[in-house]
Amino acid sequence: MAEFTLPKNSKVGEGKRHPAPSGATNVKTFRVYRWSPDDDKNPEVDSFEIDMDDCGPMVLDALIKIKNEVDSTVTFRRSCREGICGSCAMNIDGTNTLACLKPIEEVKGDVKVYPLPHMPVIKDLVPDVSQIYAQLASIEPWLKTVTPPPPDGERLQSPEDRAKLDGLWECILCFCCSTSCPSYWWNGDRYLGPAILLQAYRWLADSRDEAKGERLDALEDPFRLYRCHTIMNCTKTCPKGLNPAKAIAEVKKMMVERQG
Amino acid sequence: MSMTNPLARVRGLGSAKDGTHHWIVQRMTAVALIPLTLWFVVSLISLIGSDLVAVQSWLSSPFNAVMMILTLVAGFHHAQLGLQVVIEDYIHGHGKKIVALWVMKGAAIFFGAASVFSVIKLSFGG
Repeated sequence: MAEFTLPKNSKVGEGKRHPAPSGATNVKTFRVYRWSPDDDKNPEVDSFEIDMDDCGPMVLDALIKIKNEVDSTVTFRRSCREGICGSCAMNIDGTNTLACLKPIEEVKGDVKVYPLPHMPVIKDLVPDVSQIYAQLASIEPWLKTVTPPPPDGERLQSPEDRAKLDGLWECILCFCCSTSCPSYWWNGDRYLGPAILLQAYRWLADSRDEAKGERLDALEDPFRLYRCHTIMNCTKTCPKGLNPAKAIAEVKKMMVERQG
Repeated sequence: MSMTNPLARVRGLGSAKDGTHHWIVQRMTAVALIPLTLWFVVSLISLIGSDLVAVQSWLSSPFNAVMMILTLVAGFHHAQLGLQVVIEDYIHGHGKKIVALWVMKGAAIFFGAASVFSVIKLSFGG
């Protein structure tokens, strides 16, 4: 059943307050979700007052500053700090995005930082992505062919056919879209969600792939594909400016096309 | 806690190889209901203040009776397809879901049949 309130052990309390260093004039408060599996406490939101004159411009800069200088137990994923690895996806100011691409100055008032919605939390801002990675594996995101490759070169693709993959290959699998989708929240165990369906379409749209029928067979399911109700949160939230909702619509069009 | 590995859980029982038909028919009935509803609303307005005899004579026209039946069938069919999606979205647990779907579809068939019968009855002079 859809969950409209948090279970008792997930209710979020007020956590610690870390005041700004004395003399700081340009202070911004970061409200960061904290939960640890190591104690039996409910989640809490800690407040960190940060001197913005001594901090980088992005939310990730502030989180790294907090971890380095204020509380080293704050836990989050990050790697490239330039929007290409997808590690630092989290819910900032109510919207799923990448902490490294989100300028602090875009946020009015306190900066609220939560983990991606409706995912199991491992610790603090780190969600458990094992299920969604399994969903990615389930659509077999690799080129499938029967024809052997040409002995003297690669499989060729015309520039026009290659252009059909634009807007698809740029996806970095940060899962901002899937975790913003109410349909994925309610039925994420069976619905593949926008990120995975965009990946599925990336292979369906590839002129070199010879397994389109099998791929469509595997997607043709009331839950795997048709839980998409064009809510459009996915497209609205994508930090890379992609359009997963359109990719899903293209998959549905392929389904109709092969009916006759 | 389940020990099943994530891929086994995600693959589950496999694809139902179904859903496209539902999706197409939901859109077909939606498109059909645009002219049918317009016709229905215009007819309803033209019948404001009419007594039973006037409505009966209006419904005795084969065109009006057929359009009325089509509106009802398309409307009930579209409604049960839409409610099916709502039930599948929000009711979890296979047993509860099946019961809800059957009750909802049974109700749609019953009320659909009842309303078509009343059109026929009125059309042939009650």
